[in-house]
Amino acid sequence: MAKIMPKRNLERVGLGVTGACVALVTLVVLALIFMVAQRGLTTFIKDGVDVAGFFTGTKWNLASTGPDGLPATGALPLIVTSFSVTVLSTVLALPVALGSAIFTVEIAPKFGRRVFQPLIELLVGIPSVVFGLIGFHVIVGAVRAIFNVDVGLGILPGSIVLAVMILPTVTTLSIDALRAVPDSYRQGSLALGYTRWQTIWHVVLRSATPSLMTAVILGMTRAFGETLAVRMVIGGIEAMPTSLISSASTITTTLTTSMAVYATGSVQNDALWSLGLLLMGMSLVFIMIIHLIGHKGAKSRG
Amino acid sequence: MADKNDGAQAARIRRSMRADRIATAVLAAIVGVVMLIVVSMVAYILFQGVGQLVKPGFLTEAARSNGTAGGVAYQLFDSFYLLVITLVISVPISLGGAVYLVEYAPDGPVTRIASTAIETLSSLPSIVVGMFGFLMFSVNFGWGYSLISGAIALTMFNIPILVRVIQQALEDVPSSQRDACLAMGLTRWETTVHVLIPAAMPAIVTGVVLSAGRVFGEAAALLFTSGMSSPARLNFLSLNFASPTCAWNIFRPGESLAVHIYKIYGEGSPEAQSIVWGTAALLMICVLLFNVLSRVAGKAIAKRMTAE
Repeated sequence: MAKIMPKRNLERVGLGVTGACVALVTLVVLALIFMVAQRGLTTFIKDGVDVAGFFTGTKWNLASTGPDGLPATGALPLIVTSFSVTVLSTVLALPVALGSAIFTVEIAPKFGRRVFQPLIELLVGIPSVVFGLIGFHVIVGAVRAIFNVDVGLGILPGSIVLAVMILPTVTTLSIDALRAVPDSYRQGSLALGYTRWQTIWHVVLRSATPSLMTAVILGMTRAFGETLAVRMVIGGIEAMPTSLISSASTITTTLTTSMAVYATGSVQNDALWSLGLLLMGMSLVFIMIIHLIGHKGAKSRG
Repeated sequence: MADKNDGAQAARIRRSMRADRIATAVLAAIVGVVMLIVVSMVAYILFQGVGQLVKPGFLTEAARSNGTAGGVAYQLFDSFYLLVITLVISVPISLGGAVYLVEYAPDGPVTRIASTAIETLSSLPSIVVGMFGFLMFSVNFGWGYSLISGAIALTMFNIPILVRVIQQALEDVPSSQRDACLAMGLTRWETTVHVLIPAAMPAIVTGVVLSAGRVFGEAAALLFTSGMSSPARLNFLSLNFASPTCAWNIFRPGESLAVHIYKIYGEGSPEAQSIVWGTAALLMICVLLFNVLSRVAGKAIAKRMTAE
């Protein structure tokens, strides 16, 4: 009996220690969500900023206060810009990512595993400031030359930089999605006399669609939350974007530039936390969409 | 009639064969372009920065006039120091968390909530993590701009990546090993510590080093937590951990290489520009090293473990 007890204690210790780690992480996440929500809602509850005005107002200016003592906090320009860069970068990245995934899985699997995948993983590791730096010098310069404008900062260069940044995420996940398609599908299709491309187009892509959508949404999540690379090429002017190559500002870039300026507890600071809450809400929405797709995919597979 | 049908069919076959060839060519072209982009990006950074990198003093001198002159010695040190603190905090927590989720987790609400929490953390924009770190540690805990605040923010950014890697590594250990241990009367804990974790070690090490590369380049979460400046003068020999000039003091502000780039990229002077590119090249080389190291280390450990 005396020999058995320590073992049971040991097991209890193990459960306790590892359980504590999980509990700690969960608690921190809950604290984060609670805190961001609390600070973000203060703007509307305590400071009296109009919720509808926040989402539909087109004037964002924290520096000066209006007659009611509140700064202009119409976040619509930021929201529009954020969604524009996200959608545009996804549109740019998706065909390339999908094409390279198809090539590496269906056409040259050996080359894909040995050469292409390590290379694309390298792209994941490149820090976002370095993407921003290259964008600032190369892409902005190119935009300036091609469109014959003075500044060249704006949504278009932002989207191009983001497209390259989310490319590895979307590609890697698409490769996984295509690899997960059972080989029997391909063999069946080829045996029926389909060419390789017909097999890919009608069979492989069709059956991998739910996972491919997950890949795209994860890419969009990354694009939506990316901060510094966008900040370096978008210009940072908080006004309604008028063209793709005029300076604009996303939710994240506004946070970067203004967060350290206003003291905690001021209306301006609270408004920034509302933006943070919006970002957090969007990433929760993205997660929910992914779960829904997963459920649907699981259901359709039976 | 039969001839006509055959002719139409032959034409259709020819058409689909041609479509197949065109599609293959287009896909190959896409892959070629992607590879060209990656290689030229890396080459461009190294080419632009290597001149500054080999300049005497760049790696050994402190920055002067707010980073627009001098070297990046302190930024380099701060980057590695931040990374070490981050790993010291995040590896044990992630290891414990992953072990719980894989080995202990009774399927149920607890596991579901925990996995959802970790997934949420992984999809949060790093700027939000940075804002939370700023409010929680810098303001509420009164740590101000400090390395420890930055390291905890990085930890939050790193934990979901690590937990997923370690989870995967543990799940890949054949369940026959698990069964054998339990059948011999080992507890779950002993099985995990003595058999499963060693067996999963190569994959874990690869994952940790790869995540280290990601942490090394992260900047958005650090802007408001560890700050945008290093002390003007650091004393590496001092062991007075409360002194703001002691290099090892975790409550002093610090600036990573990535943050340094962000801080001075807009400076117009040619010297500042060459420092920016030099820093970018340095960052790039470190990240490449982490990338190579992760492969080498994982393989070396796997070799040693299977050879013995």
